[in-house]
Amino acid sequence: MLKLNNIYKKFNKNMADEKIIFEDFNLDIKKGEFVVIIGGNGAGKSTLMNLISGSILPDKGEIFIDSQNVTYLQEHQRAKFIGRVFQDPLKGSAPNLTIEENLSLALLRDKKRGLLFGISQNNREFFKNELKKLDLGIENRLESKMGVLSGGQRQAVTLLMACLVKPKILLLDEHTAALDPKSSVKILELTEKIISEHHITALMITHNLNNAKKFGSRVIMLENGKIKLDTSKDKIDFDSI
Amino acid sequence: MQVLISTLSQGLIWTILTLGVFITFRILNFADMTAEGSLTFGGSLCAALMLRGVNPFLSLIIAGLVGSLAGLITGILHTKFKIQAILSGILTMIALYSVNIRIMGKANLSLLGKSTIFSALNNIFPMFKSDFVLKTFIIGFVICIFSVVSLNLFFKTQLGLAVRATGDNEQMMRALGGNTDFKKILALMISSFFCGLAGALIAQSQGYSDVNMGTGSIVIALASIVIGEAFLSFIKFKNKILSSLICMVLGSIVYRIIIFIVLNLGMNPSDLKLFTACITAVLLGLPKLKKFKLKLGGNKNA
Repeated sequence: MLKLNNIYKKFNKNMADEKIIFEDFNLDIKKGEFVVIIGGNGAGKSTLMNLISGSILPDKGEIFIDSQNVTYLQEHQRAKFIGRVFQDPLKGSAPNLTIEENLSLALLRDKKRGLLFGISQNNREFFKNELKKLDLGIENRLESKMGVLSGGQRQAVTLLMACLVKPKILLLDEHTAALDPKSSVKILELTEKIISEHHITALMITHNLNNAKKFGSRVIMLENGKIKLDTSKDKIDFDSI
Repeated sequence: MQVLISTLSQGLIWTILTLGVFITFRILNFADMTAEGSLTFGGSLCAALMLRGVNPFLSLIIAGLVGSLAGLITGILHTKFKIQAILSGILTMIALYSVNIRIMGKANLSLLGKSTIFSALNNIFPMFKSDFVLKTFIIGFVICIFSVVSLNLFFKTQLGLAVRATGDNEQMMRALGGNTDFKKILALMISSFFCGLAGALIAQSQGYSDVNMGTGSIVIALASIVIGEAFLSFIKFKNKILSSLICMVLGSIVYRIIIFIVLNLGMNPSDLKLFTACITAVLLGLPKLKKFKLKLGGNKNA
């Protein structure tokens, strides 16, 4: 499903502060897996996400999604296959656009945006139903600006936006780290619900070992750009980490 | 009465420029200096074409369409060459100065005695023949309505929505599969189209085109934008973009009225640019000043 072959990535190439992140890094993720990635700061977790999403390109190596070589596709071209939720709740949605406008844009993720009207009545009904499932009471606020929602609400809508068109891979980059504990739990439960309902292949970065224990089917631990541990969840002994 | 209509019609014609700058400054969140160049570019093109006998309506449209190329260049400088927004615009603007002199062959062109879109109105409405001010008003009004309606429609389309989202949150737009470079270039081109159109209209209404006609125009447009936004608290359509666009028309008209008043109070016309810059700075800074005042008030209570 998702394959990274012999990836090399350096930052600040040929400079005094050159930093090697990945050297001959390989990863193979199967369809339907929910992979939780853990590891300390600077281990390469976010770089890995950015390589997959295409916001940075590898120096060497190849990336395949569903046996299609996407190594040289730009970020917006890969977005057809990839849904993404960022750590910062403000990054995933446009604050000055309304909720329905944000959702309409998400609905067109894998399509060309043309001169048809952005929002149709059919879409509105669909959005309402989808928002209802979030259980946040925002299904009747389609025309409110996104910016008036709280961080937790915005992150929930962003999650919905990422999955509105079923992605081949869902990337979650510490998407609950900036939320209060209560919203954090809520978003994680929602994440699990959406992922299992739609059988989405997902990668989630977390700093929280409890989350790693609770969610996901496979755990990968990164250290200095290498996979230190890669195991299915039931086999892992969390106390040893 | 005559004076009022004259002020109104000036406002309506300059609205086209305000709309152009509004697209980059407020929707795309891009401080685009190209406007000064593309305004003159449109004016020069239109005048040069008309002197070669091209129909004034056609000249107007061509001036707008060719004017949009200025936005294309700024867009490429910014998105492909990765030059900062403000500098990309300045480069295009400066380059256009030479281009405009090339187009006109000299620093200014007079349209004296040429038939313009305003004189064309004589054939349709013979009763307005001598009333130049009323004709300017009618033409300004029609073009304004047309511009506001078409921009409003555009920003409701999928593409228009994507352009707005690019200005609001570029990273999100890319994550949702939007080619943000393309959207920026498109918005800059639409903006330049309106600036060029405004230049052509201004040249036809004042009867000449001048290489310096664009100088300071961006500040006039910004002043109109910030004045217009003050009306946003009164004009609240469900459709936010339509409200903003209408406020831009109001802002441009009110700006002209303010200018008319201060000139009548005896201000030296050469001081207008200083005055306009001051209004813009103060209105842009007002929200911050209010916060500052609140802070001071809070300290007193504490």
